[in-house]
This record gives sequence, C-alpha cells and structure tokens, in this order.
Amino acid sequence: MSGQEAPTKTISDFEARLAQADKAVAQFEQDDLGLLHRIRGILRRNPTLIPATVLLISVLGFGIVAPRFLGMGALSTVLQQVTVTGFIAIAQTIVILTAGIDLSVGEILVLSSLVMGNLAVSGVPLPLAILAGMACGTAMGLFNGLLVAKIKLPPFIVTLGTYSIFRALKLWYSGSESIRNADIEAQAPGLLFFGNGIKLGAATITYGGIMLLILAAIAWYVLNRTAWGRHVHALGDDPDAAMLSGIRTDRTLISVYAVAGLICGFTAWVAIGRVGSVSPIGFENINLGSITAVVIGGTSLFGGRGSIVGSVLGAIIVGVFVTGLSLAGVDDYWQMFAAGSLVIIAVALDQYLRRASQ
Amino acid sequence: MTEPTVAPILSARGLMKRYGTVVAMNGADFDLYPGEILGVIGDNGAGKSTLIKALSGAVTPDHGTMTLDGAEVQFRSPEDARRAGIETVYQTLAMSPALSIAENMFLGREWRKPGLLGSVLRMTDRARMNAFAREKLNDLGLMTIQDIGQAVETLSGGQRQGVAVARAAAFGSKVVILDEPTAALGVKESRRVLDLIKDVRARGIPIILISHNMPHVFEVCDRVHVHRLGRRLCVIDPKRHSMSDAVAYMTGAKLPDDLDEAA
Repeated sequence: MSGQEAPTKTISDFEARLAQADKAVAQFEQDDLGLLHRIRGILRRNPTLIPATVLLISVLGFGIVAPRFLGMGALSTVLQQVTVTGFIAIAQTIVILTAGIDLSVGEILVLSSLVMGNLAVSGVPLPLAILAGMACGTAMGLFNGLLVAKIKLPPFIVTLGTYSIFRALKLWYSGSESIRNADIEAQAPGLLFFGNGIKLGAATITYGGIMLLILAAIAWYVLNRTAWGRHVHALGDDPDAAMLSGIRTDRTLISVYAVAGLICGFTAWVAIGRVGSVSPIGFENINLGSITAVVIGGTSLFGGRGSIVGSVLGAIIVGVFVTGLSLAGVDDYWQMFAAGSLVIIAVALDQYLRRASQ
Repeated sequence: MTEPTVAPILSARGLMKRYGTVVAMNGADFDLYPGEILGVIGDNGAGKSTLIKALSGAVTPDHGTMTLDGAEVQFRSPEDARRAGIETVYQTLAMSPALSIAENMFLGREWRKPGLLGSVLRMTDRARMNAFAREKLNDLGLMTIQDIGQAVETLSGGQRQGVAVARAAAFGSKVVILDEPTAALGVKESRRVLDLIKDVRARGIPIILISHNMPHVFEVCDRVHVHRLGRRLCVIDPKRHSMSDAVAYMTGAKLPDDLDEAA
C-alpha cells in the first residue's frame, strides 16, 4: 500500500473525495419535525408550562364540579395550606437539582421550630431565638452535605439516616412536649407574624404566603442568574464534567445541603405562625409532600433540570386537589389517590421529555 | 519545525506515577515548543493518558518536575492548570448537556456584572458572556450557530466537539490539550475538527494532540511524541517517518535509530 510506505501527509482516497463534499457540518440549523416533536421541544425548554397548565385545568375543573371552589375564600385557604409545603419544596428543589434528595427536611423543620419556640418562650429576645433556630437548621443541613460530599455516600442513604437521627434528637430535646399557643402569644407573639395577613373580603392573604413568593423569587434569581446556581445545575447534570470544568464540586454540594437546611430553619418561623403552636410530631408528611410538589412541578429526580416556579406550582396543585376533592365531597383516601397518581404521571412525562432530548 | 534554540513552553522531566504495583509513568519526559502541534501516540496502557492527566492537573505525579514558560509548576487540580493557562478538551468533552453553549464555555469562570449587581448580588453578566462566546465560535468558523443559548444536548457530536475546542482556544492562553478529539466522530466531522485544530495553531497557541488515528496525527502534527512503557521512547518528525514506523516504535516491533531527538 502506497499510503503505508510513502512518507506521510497522504490523504487517503476517501478523504480526498471529501473535498467535494458539503463542508457545512457544524451547522446549527433548526430541524423541522412533526407537531408532536415540536410540542415536546417547547415543553422541554419551558418545563414550567406543564404544572401551570395542570393547575389551570384543575382549578377550572373543580370550579365546575364545586362552584364554591372558585370563591376567594376557598382559594386563599388552598394558599394557606400549601405555604409551608411550598417553602420546603423550594429547599428540596435545590437539593434535587444536584441529583440528590433530602429526606430529613421535615425533621430539620420541626427541630428548628422547637429551638426557636423554646428559646423565645423562655425569654431570649425574638431575633436571637429566630437566628438560633435558623442556625440550627443550617447546621443540620451542613451535616448532611458533609456526609454526601466528603464521605461520598448516596444522598438517599445519608438523609434516611439523618432523618432518624434528627427525629430522635427532636423527641429528646422536646421531651415529647408541645409548645402551647398560649405561651407563644404571651411571651413571643412575633413568632406568629407569618400567620397574620391582609384581609381581602372573604380571603386572607397571609404574610407567610407573600413570603413564599418572595423566597421563590430569590431562589429563582440565585439558581438562574448567579454562577453558584449554574454550578448547581451542572453538578446534577454531569458531576464529572462539572469537576473537569473547574467547579469545586464538594464545596458546591455541601453549600446546597446547608442552604436547604437554612431554608428549613427559616420555614420553622413560618410554620409556627401557620399552626400557632409547635408540636414535636407535627409536619410528619412534609418530607414526601415536598418531594411530591417538586416532582409534579417538573423537576427531574435525575438532576440538572427543574424549576423553583414549578415546585411552588406543584405544591399548589396538590393543595388544589385536596381542597377541591373535599369540597366536591370526595373521601380523604381518594385525595391521597389523586396526589399519588399525579406524581406517577409527572415522572412519566419527565422521562418522555428526556427521551425526546436524545 | 523543531528549533532546539527555542525554549519549550511546557516541559516535564522524570515524571513517575504508581497506582499500587502498576507503574503508569516511569520517568516520563515531555517537551512542547511554542506554536507547534505535538502529537502524542502510544499503545493502550503505555501511560499516555496518565502523562496527559499530569499535564492537565487531573493527576499529581509522585516524582518529577514540570515547567511552564520556564517556571516550575505543580498542579493539584484541573483548576490549577486552567489558571496557569492550560486548557484541556477531554474525550468526554466535560460539558453539561442541559446548560447552554455559552454557559458551558463559561462554566467555572463566569463573568459577573460590574458594580453592586455583580459584587453584592453576584449577578452573572449573561449578555457579555453570550457575546464573547458567539465571537469565539465565529472566530473558529462555527458561525452558523443560531442560538448561543441553545442547550448543548441539542447539538451533534461534531458541534459539541467544536464548542469544546472553541472553549479551550478562547481561554487556553498557553497550551491547549486535545484528548482523542476525533475518536467519536464521523469522517466529515473529523475533517472539520482537524481544520479547527489548524485554525487554533494559526492563532499561535501550541497544541498537544492525543490520538490513535495515525492519518490524523501525521496530517496535522509538527512533531510526534511516541510513548512506550511509561516513558517517552522518541520524538519523530512526521515528514521523515512513515506511519508504519510510528506504529512499529509504539508497539516495540522496531527500535528507533535515526532519531531527530534522543529520548
């Protein structure tokens, strides 16, 4: 073979023919495919459209079945019911974006509430008590983050373990006793701030609800407009690529869990306002409730893609179904049935969209 | 191309790396001169990827020294090497599929807005990053890109490679390392990437090209470093040696005699 023996720089025949071929390889053209494919593309690029559409349809649907549902009273009740879940769902979204999960959020929330409530009721100045509660939440989140990033354990295992650990600490610290509403009202009424609100006719918009929107806006900004937020996405998308791109993956991962703990710590304050008292066995279902909201909101459990707005909408959708079905006279267990079905449909849709992207 | 009077921009002496009982680098030397494309070839297991990882900071050698621009350097992470001006395009490309082209190019070195928006609110300057990314892609003739904000996962293999090379060329002020850039590509796309590589050299940035594809190596490289058994066996001039010589050296079928440079 001449190509083998002769000094090189020989372009083999097939490559010579290439000179005549179309050079435009790296072209970034719009591919014009079927309508279904285009809808998939739009949904993939704007995943928030799915929960927004589901919410709209379900609100209208329940409005037809139970006209009382569309009244301001019922709608504001829904918002009040989902406030705490919405906050926790924001924390959960940030964790899930890194392809992680935090099963301990509920325990962090309640333990932080207990610390906050106990300190405030025992006479510690309110701002200090609140800061102590938030610091407590952050510390627990940091602990999760260190185990995930440094010991390299799967987040599911870490937070399953800390779920039990924090739960035990919670029961030990509280001595299984609640902090009564009367004590909070007498000693630290400021703790109930987020339960108050603005009255608009039959509806009450609580400060907690307003704060939820503010926190969602902040979280959206941080995730989409700061380098840290983009690193969180990259980390969930492909951790090796993120590391090779020069992202300090360990630090980012630890900070993600710490921030989730901080949000839970802040939510503790909101939760006290919502319930009016602190029970060590309150918010038992919020771990799964927050994951449900995040998943319905279109955030992928495989990391890298999702949205804060979607998670808040997801929390509201669950609230709409629960309230709507109960107004329509459907039994409790069918409400759970509906929430479960929504989760499965949401994940199926996510998988479908992912396949479309490959 | 080889001018012995010019000092190498990046060089290594006596690099050693052991993984347990396996010796991946056994006193490996390495020299890259300004403005050249240096091919690195070697059989599987010859330790060339460990060598490249040492140069790009992904592996810290047990012994040996590396100098960049005459000054001794030690890289403890890919970030260190990046900061020193060495950019690597990994075989896996190291890109985040869900992020946009511009976001990927700036991953880990985002620009922030000037003033309080950037310093206090940490807001990234997306407009400026997008413009820079577009300009760099244009420079390398990838101007058909319509949307710099489109996710990398929507690009073809060749397009992704193009973006990765553009990223390295944009930020690699001293050296660009390309690890098997054509291995996953079709014939046409390989051709495009080889053209890209020549474009990058034309801008004066020296390139290290690791490849198994002999025609590609012999077409674009000025010198070829043959790695064997954990060290540099020889450096050959592709104009004076044939591909079969190179393969013979690489596999140990033939020992180099009339070398341009002794190892």
